[in-house]
Amino acid sequence: MTMKTDYIGKPTNRVDGRLKVTGQAKYAAEFDSPGLTYGFVVSSRIAKGKIKSIDTTEALQLDGVLQVFTHENRPQTAWFDKSYQDEDSPPGSPFRPLYSDEIQFSQQPIALVVADTFEAARYGATLVNVTYEDAPFSTDFEGNREKAYTPEKYKSQPPPDARGDMAAAFASAAMQISEEYTHTSEHHNPMEMHASTAIWEEDGTLTIYDKTQSVQNSQKYIDQIFGLKPKDARVRSPFVGGAFGSGLRPQYQLFLTVMAALELKRPVRVMLTRQQMFSFGHRPATIQKLQLGASKEGKLEAVRHEAFGETSRFEDYAENVVVWQNVLYQCDNVAFDYKLIGLDVYTPLDMRAPGGSTGQFALESAMDELAAASGINPVALRLKNYTEKDQNEDAPFTSKELRECYRQGAEKFGWEKRNPEPRSMKEGHQLIGWGMASGAWEASQQQASAKALLTVDGKLTVSSATADIGTGTYTVMTQLAAETLGLQLEDVSFKLGDSALPDAPLEGGSWTVSSVGSAVTLVCDAIGKRLLKLARKVKDTPFATAGYDEVIFSEGHMRLRSDPSKALAVTRIMRSAEINYLEEEVTSKPAEKQKKYAPYAHSAVFVEVRVDEDFGTIKVTRVVSAIAGGRIINTKTAESQILGGVVWGIGMALEEESLMDTTYGRFMNHNLAEYHVPVNADIHSIDVIFVEEHDEIVNPIGAKGLGEIGIAGVAGAIANAVYHATGKRVRNLPITLDKVM
Amino acid sequence: MRSFTYTRAGDVAEAVNEVAGNEEARFIAGGTNLLDLMKIDVMHPRHIVDITRLALSTVEDTPEGGLRLGALVTNADTAYHEQVETRYPLLSHAILAGATAQLRNKATDGGNLLQRTRCYYFYDKATPCNKREPGSGCAAITGFNRIHAILGESEHCIATHPSDMCVALAALGAVVHVTGPNGERGIPFAEFHRLPGDTPEQDTNLNQDEIITSIELPAQGFADHYAYVKVRDRASYAFALVSVAAGLLLEDGVVKEARIALGGVAHKPWRKPEAEALLHGQPATAENFRKVAEAYLEGAKGYGHNTFKIELAKRAIVRALQQATENKA
Ligand SMILES: Cc1cc2nc3c(=O)[nH]c(=O)nc-3n(C[C@H](O)[C@H](O)[C@H](O)COP(=O)(O)OP(=O)(O)OC[C@H]3O[C@@H](n4cnc5c(N)ncnc54)[C@H](O)[C@@H]3O)c2cc1C
Ligand code: SF4
Repeated sequence: MTMKTDYIGKPTNRVDGRLKVTGQAKYAAEFDSPGLTYGFVVSSRIAKGKIKSIDTTEALQLDGVLQVFTHENRPQTAWFDKSYQDEDSPPGSPFRPLYSDEIQFSQQPIALVVADTFEAARYGATLVNVTYEDAPFSTDFEGNREKAYTPEKYKSQPPPDARGDMAAAFASAAMQISEEYTHTSEHHNPMEMHASTAIWEEDGTLTIYDKTQSVQNSQKYIDQIFGLKPKDARVRSPFVGGAFGSGLRPQYQLFLTVMAALELKRPVRVMLTRQQMFSFGHRPATIQKLQLGASKEGKLEAVRHEAFGETSRFEDYAENVVVWQNVLYQCDNVAFDYKLIGLDVYTPLDMRAPGGSTGQFALESAMDELAAASGINPVALRLKNYTEKDQNEDAPFTSKELRECYRQGAEKFGWEKRNPEPRSMKEGHQLIGWGMASGAWEASQQQASAKALLTVDGKLTVSSATADIGTGTYTVMTQLAAETLGLQLEDVSFKLGDSALPDAPLEGGSWTVSSVGSAVTLVCDAIGKRLLKLARKVKDTPFATAGYDEVIFSEGHMRLRSDPSKALAVTRIMRSAEINYLEEEVTSKPAEKQKKYAPYAHSAVFVEVRVDEDFGTIKVTRVVSAIAGGRIINTKTAESQILGGVVWGIGMALEEESLMDTTYGRFMNHNLAEYHVPVNADIHSIDVIFVEEHDEIVNPIGAKGLGEIGIAGVAGAIANAVYHATGKRVRNLPITLDKVM
Repeated sequence: MRSFTYTRAGDVAEAVNEVAGNEEARFIAGGTNLLDLMKIDVMHPRHIVDITRLALSTVEDTPEGGLRLGALVTNADTAYHEQVETRYPLLSHAILAGATAQLRNKATDGGNLLQRTRCYYFYDKATPCNKREPGSGCAAITGFNRIHAILGESEHCIATHPSDMCVALAALGAVVHVTGPNGERGIPFAEFHRLPGDTPEQDTNLNQDEIITSIELPAQGFADHYAYVKVRDRASYAFALVSVAAGLLLEDGVVKEARIALGGVAHKPWRKPEAEALLHGQPATAENFRKVAEAYLEGAKGYGHNTFKIELAKRAIVRALQQATENKA
């Protein structure tokens, strides 16, 4: 790519910002259509058993109620499991809404009341009379540890193979840390509730507005289940009010909306309630056992990382919890394990840095325990064990500026003034503690396609079926396209969130900028090459013999790299050729050479906490997060991503907890008054540093993706700071005041 | 949510008339609690009487030197009222420690007194709850009870009253003025809320057909030495795990009078005058404060998740009394 810096690396406002703050950006539940009907979901009271009877008579008698769908009257849908699987399905049999009388988890959708008004549908839902046949169940995660199993197939990767002799090395190590770390389930709780609206177009096709991180995933899902053709139903999702992984799999409101629209031949909208947002995927609870053996000087000699993760009875959800030592710390004697504990709950689902934020909490806590036990500065300990390669893959990194993260982060934070003694800093009733942790997250690239259309008026439209879940995709893609073809941002528009657009991967895994961004750059280059061909034919052209690498684009002109004053306006090139538009579509794939390298983004997080000595209340007063994330395309949206990640890390460390009552098999704090996430008053100074990192290998644009690295390491750093402040090591998240006081 | 009928009352008599003899009728003021509970079908009144147009929105001096807060004055207007800020800063602080700015703008003083518990099980119709459905059982006793009561609870209910404002009103010794079909009466604050006993479905001693018209604050506002300490899971927008409203009259470092009320620990704001009395005539020292704290929590009982509240409440009492002494709330 011809990298100039008209737009790349600049703090650019969101191109969709105005639409958002003026309420013009429409979300899935905001699309209207004449005759729109409203579906309200009835949720199961029990966690397991059968529906003995479901009586809809009373609901149907209510004014405005059009239909009540249950397992008894639902239309025929696909037969095979495969049809219900989506791009993010773990191995197993996906849940099928309204499929039978069987109840598999509490709050399972068991009926959809459809009415002319939302109020009638909601009222109708209270009039559906259900009797159940209870069956024994268990949702007790810790209590089922004995029944943990190794899945036949892992969702992501199986735990890495052991290397060396962990047991012997641990037994003979001078320093030994052996601890258990846990956290409960957590729910994504994006601001926008999951919703779908299905609208009939004049030509008899359906347009479905869905809250999703992949319109194409949603489309394939409904096509498979309802036997539709891609042209029958188009899925759109121009704006998403946060998702964090909750939109990676099609949720049941999509199924219910499409089913009702097809059956009733009416437009339908279904929006879940906040309580129902606790009825599907969530970050799984885990128990982690960490063993570190080290020399007196802190050199790691043995590491064992084992985890137990929660899953449902019908799918084997697993995530990369135990892999992180391989990319963070050098050690030759290592062993890993990851087992599942099946419960009568809905299948867990990726939530921001799945596996990483939890695995690194445990690993980074254990490293801090080692630092404390061996009297070594936590940063020095990490540097001593620094690894230059991914030991599991035996591959060098595409780039790794983690040392710089430690250095710049520590300097900004003032780490060198830290007294290692716990409880050594105090002000009034407040104990002050400083802690740090490392973070890492994979920087992968997926195959992605993009289309570009340049018209003779100099306007460029680029499109791809990706999503913007608040991350800034619209903005970053606009910047990349404008940069590549030297256009003004205002002359470029980027389209996404439409299943009819060129293929894009799920918007997840922090790979959107690297994957879709690479496709956008590539397709703009394809246009550029065509422009060059045309330019060669323009009268008095300076480009007669120029190759593509000898030209650059800026300020609406094609220019000679060697002498930018030799230029032709892009519009002039097209006019001379009597061409009204140029159109290209490309697919970009990860390059072969990437396979020999390990692609990761890294971070070093430094935290100051103030803990009330009597009450145990914790305030995170300062955070410095130093990120090595490759090329930063937009420093403004990039910083927002990291800020959001840090805020979430604070929530994860101190507040987030889905309370599972094992007697009723239900999450009990299913509202935002009782499910706590940080509020403004919880957030104080957060400093983000982007460390310079040049990476020619990771992908054509050299950007690593920032959606998840921002949360990695934060919970560990906070737990370590709490230890430093109080002398108390809390190993189960969230660190609520009762665990500290 | 179920359908209901709606009337807007023109005056107090009409409002009372609308609900009298109709068990299914409820007043609505700010609606911040009632509507939430209706949406999730925990409360389902058939008839809603809107009282927001009644002339109960003024703050007035009383002949006795106190202040009368109309039932419809919003929490925000109360907290920022000049007379309240200067004469009853304890009340201002308590109100501002609660909810969020948006909620306080909408919430009324009368409604605040009658807000219902935040017990998870009360909010979830799939679980047993004696308060929501008398006789069904109490899921919290053996379930998640981290936010539940340690004092005055019963085997039928261990819920807490969640208000912050009420803790200050209890410490100040306010009087709640109400009007019913048989006329007006004043209810001393300590008698307004109930303990659960075997009728946890009743939160207060207000009759269903009575309307709160005002809350009267006595002349003594403890404006020189007061503190409201709220301990919670996050810095804002969280209910108190434990809160303490404290007011002291001090003379040369000796306590003439002490008022202490606890929130988040019982089915009502918790006061124990005999424990307060331990401080009377005593020097305001940490040691004496701890003695009072111990006395306050005598007989407290934990249910597992909430056992930490016993020690936490003691520490919060000591802290509040220290702050009140130093007069920096
Ligand atoms: C998310 C959330 C967080 C909150 N956090 C806090 C907090 O931290 N601390 C805190 O103290 N509070 C908190 N609140 C509660 C809030 O203070 C109350 O909801 C509010 O005070 C209720 O007042 P209202 O006028 O809206 O009452 P409404 O909802 O209108 O009414 C509540 C009840 O009182 C009855 N009622 C109202 N007025 C009268 C009257 N004059 N006479 C007789 N009956 C009447 C109604 O019939 C109804 O049963 C929170 C609320 C929410 C939703
Ligand atoms: S504590 Fe009270 S409100 Fe909670 S479940 Fe028990 S009876 Fe219901």
